[in-house]
Amino acid sequence: MPLNRAFVGREYPASTTYEVGREHIRRFAEAIGDGNPAYRDPEAARALGHPDVIAPPTFLTVLNFRFASEGPIVDPELGLDYSRVVHGEQSFELHRPVRAGDVLHVVSRIVDIKDAGRNELISMAGEVTAADGEAVATLRSTIVSRGTAAGTAAGPEA
Amino acid sequence: MPSYDDVEVGTELPAQTFPISRLDLVRYCGASGDFNVIHWNERIAKAVGLPDVIAHGMCTMAVAVRVVTDWAGDPGAVVSYGVRFSRPVVVPDDDRGAVLRVTGTVEDKADGRVTVGLTAVVGEGDDAAKVLTHAKAVVRLP
Repeated sequence: MPLNRAFVGREYPASTTYEVGREHIRRFAEAIGDGNPAYRDPEAARALGHPDVIAPPTFLTVLNFRFASEGPIVDPELGLDYSRVVHGEQSFELHRPVRAGDVLHVVSRIVDIKDAGRNELISMAGEVTAADGEAVATLRSTIVSRGTAAGTAAGPEA
Repeated sequence: MPSYDDVEVGTELPAQTFPISRLDLVRYCGASGDFNVIHWNERIAKAVGLPDVIAHGMCTMAVAVRVVTDWAGDPGAVVSYGVRFSRPVVVPDDDRGAVLRVTGTVEDKADGRVTVGLTAVVGEGDDAAKVLTHAKAVVRLP
């Protein structure tokens, strides 16, 4: 069944802030096998001109999962079947590096929903700001809802 | 750290090879908060039509950009990074896992920033497949 296009333009401000800690950054870096000292050692990060350890460029993906339960993905009125979802595209525009001690706020928005053959593409954007209102990053993603475009019978072969 | 003036369009970054094991995926589940079962449960991955457990696209994306951050020296120099996910990275339950081969080439430079185009491939010979397309990172260089 096609997605509810009335969701285009809707915004989802996160209900709470997200505190970035040194240990979470270290753990994320370990998970991607990255030994860069800027992710672990505050002195090494300061030597590069950062006030504290910084996070890898894709770290802010954690926000999507932290706040997934309050976003559109789980809203039954959007009509998204998560088992049909594939991640199509992702980008991060980093106005400055994310760093330990950041208290971040994110507002996510559904930018567009459109057909692409049998599939539908949902474009999302997230604006991430620091506690003082400083713009930190813009996240953009496209997720693919397989076989749900209007006029297609969404079956198991899709 | 490379300097902006020394980098030219066409400059190739040192290529790297990254193993991705089942343990790495479990670690990434915990670190990212993405516990989708297709990244750790072979039974369910196969039931939904995948050949085996697959890596998180975001994990592949994170690993691939190391070619850029290791080259730049300061990972905070990355001002933007984007990819399309073209193929899943299948991670077999063996001692090796998947092996991601990543290369990077400077495609553009302007205003103190260089754009690096990345290729990320898994598999050998006829089985080699690009798992990311349109993968580009923009880095600010001194």
